[in-house]
Amino acid sequence: MEEREDCIALQCRQYSASCREFSVRCQPVQLRSLSAATCSVWLAAYWLFVLTQNSMVLSAAIFITLIGLIVYLHFVKIDQESLLVIASLGIQMTSSYASGKENTTFIEMSRVKDVVINEAIYMQKVIYYLCILLRDPLDPQSVSEVVPLFQSSKPRLDCLVEVYRSCQEILEQRKTVSQTL
Amino acid sequence: MKGTEWELPRQDVCGKEWKLLALYSSQALHAVEVESSSSIPMVVLKVFFPSCCSSAESGLLVGHWIPEQNSAVILAVVHFPFIPVQVKQYLSEVRQVTQVNVSVLGTWSNCKKKEESLSEFLEDLGTIFSHEPWIQLCKETDSKFWSCSIIQKHPSTPKEDEIILVYYDQRKVMLSHLHPPGNLTNSTDHKAEDASKLAILFDTVAKSKVLFMKDRYDDGPIKLTHWQSEGVEASIIVELMKQASIPVCMLLTFLLSFVSSVCKSRVLKFWPLCFIWSKLSTCEQLGHRLEHLQVISSNRKAQNQPQLMRKANIFVSLLADVALGILLMSWLYRKNRIGHLADTLIPVADHVAKELQDLLQWLMGVPAGLKMNRALDQVLGRFFLYHIHLWISYIHLMSPFIEMILWYVGLSACLGLTVALSILSDIIALLTFHIYCFYVYGARLYCLKIYGLSSLWRLFRGKKWNVLRQRVDSCSYDLDQLFIGTLLFTILLFLLPTTALYYLVFTLLRLLVVVVQGLIHLLVDLIDSLPLYSILLRLCRSYRLAAGVKFRVLEQKTGKPLRLLMQINPLSYGSVVQTYRLPTYSCYPKDSWGSLCKKLFLGELIYPWKHKGEKQD
Repeated sequence: MEEREDCIALQCRQYSASCREFSVRCQPVQLRSLSAATCSVWLAAYWLFVLTQNSMVLSAAIFITLIGLIVYLHFVKIDQESLLVIASLGIQMTSSYASGKENTTFIEMSRVKDVVINEAIYMQKVIYYLCILLRDPLDPQSVSEVVPLFQSSKPRLDCLVEVYRSCQEILEQRKTVSQTL
Repeated sequence: MKGTEWELPRQDVCGKEWKLLALYSSQALHAVEVESSSSIPMVVLKVFFPSCCSSAESGLLVGHWIPEQNSAVILAVVHFPFIPVQVKQYLSEVRQVTQVNVSVLGTWSNCKKKEESLSEFLEDLGTIFSHEPWIQLCKETDSKFWSCSIIQKHPSTPKEDEIILVYYDQRKVMLSHLHPPGNLTNSTDHKAEDASKLAILFDTVAKSKVLFMKDRYDDGPIKLTHWQSEGVEASIIVELMKQASIPVCMLLTFLLSFVSSVCKSRVLKFWPLCFIWSKLSTCEQLGHRLEHLQVISSNRKAQNQPQLMRKANIFVSLLADVALGILLMSWLYRKNRIGHLADTLIPVADHVAKELQDLLQWLMGVPAGLKMNRALDQVLGRFFLYHIHLWISYIHLMSPFIEMILWYVGLSACLGLTVALSILSDIIALLTFHIYCFYVYGARLYCLKIYGLSSLWRLFRGKKWNVLRQRVDSCSYDLDQLFIGTLLFTILLFLLPTTALYYLVFTLLRLLVVVVQGLIHLLVDLIDSLPLYSILLRLCRSYRLAAGVKFRVLEQKTGKPLRLLMQINPLSYGSVVQTYRLPTYSCYPKDSWGSLCKKLFLGELIYPWKHKGEKQD
């Protein structure tokens, strides 16, 4: 099996009969692009320094590079996105950034209507994304909100189909439970 | 966990290439196959267990059973020895006080190894405290994984129970306040079944405060373990402050009533004075702060969490404001900066006046290559120049007193930075009063001209404005009316560029001053409305403001129940500021951009800032 480094990886784990976790790991931060960005900023700063003979330009460039790197790692670059589905509690979405920060959202099962794959027309192509449909508290039949999943890693349709099938198995459990109660 | 890995062939569809590592436990695969063939529905029972009780000795589990969600919230553990009658009595007392249906839910055993006699004893307890279902949690001292079994006396349907153990931090859940997402806060008239399950959980723990008063070190018949078991938490400073705040509040209320009675007295309500008070932004700001002080010093306790947060925010905001104001004051009064400021004020005013004079001279000449009507130009230019001359004389008359006035006015910065900024805004308004006057003169002239032109243009075409019907009607004019009308129209039309230019110049100057004042007011508004206490709380004790919860799956073992850790997901800073913003007498623009442009074109006077409470004009 050839393992390519520049592709995303899907991992499915089953903890119990009603609890599953799907994590999609994105490409890690490449040393190449980091060095390219840093070198270009410093070259521009050095050229400005040669023009203006002001050493503040160089310190400003270092400052900008550091701040930019920190902001990129902490707020922009997402390392892993995961979806935890627990049939009786709810669905939890976690995005972990390259700096270790984790952004979690938990949606209770009573608010979830269904998990579907939506198609969208973007420019000249059709893209597919997995999303959670939320129930409107006032009108149980209508959908109040659509929450898209895996926004940064953007997996392909076949990957989404795998996750979708798994999710539907879990979601069916809550329907059968509510029918018997 | 055993697992299988495989890679699916990549298809040529748009999107990123991906590889699949799927790990399924073999037992679960088997279970999935069995499930799909037999379709026996699984009922899931959730047990919320406080992590502080994990090391408690064996005893009874006391908590709240929520049948609609099939979940048990464990609140405390009652230790041996106990007398069942006393336990039942105590629990019924707690039920009455807290309105929470607290009862004995099961047994908890924490021992080195499983003992047969103990397990029989525990089962017998099930007959004394009958509860459906009866939960038996068993922990072996060295093992992380607990075993949990449910005993149901009358199982309604033959079903396999899956148990989920959720650990929660009792102290944090008790102290935190749940903020539901925006769309749920509007539906307050819905039944409990629609309410969030998490809200019920948080509510249950928060209301059971009475239960947490007793612990196992008390000399009583009941020995409990819960989050206060290590000792009841309290802070001496907080208690002292609570005791001291009552007389301070009473004193403050008395002082404030005195001050507000002075303010409302009729002496200050005579016509010129009340007009001045309404125009000065300092008075608005002082009135606003007085209201805040009244809110803080009121004797009624805050009824619910938003009111408490509001009081705390106002208090901290006031403190920060006064601290910044005192800092500013100490900076201003050091090295006689006030004296320097007063010394530079007159030359600055002179400089502004000189610039205005140069501008008028430029307008009276050939401004930007445009050819003006000489006579009108000279008249307007000379009129404005004389006005400036008067203004400069007035400033020079005041100059010996400026330093003293500024010194005393600077003292008022100790009331807060917002007051100092409002005073600055008022000083700017007073110093640029002549620009305001010029703007009004230019605008009125221009407005008259435009109205005259539009009316005479109608006459030129043989129409008239019908005031009764509010529309344009045709009208037959006499010859002399037409003659004079056309003459006036021509005169007004050819004088239009001159007037329009003066109007344009002074409007731009006035807008500049308005923008500067507006920025100062925005800063004052920001300081007024920022909820500092909430932001500090989010920074230091983030579990107090909860947006929701998050679950983490702990190490699993096949055959044992699913273990989850429930942690509090704090509110984001943006939502904290949005939820707890203090209301202000906000100055927001009265007009939209479109109507503003229309007013400027027609020469109507613009008052860009509207204060809440002012009548619409």
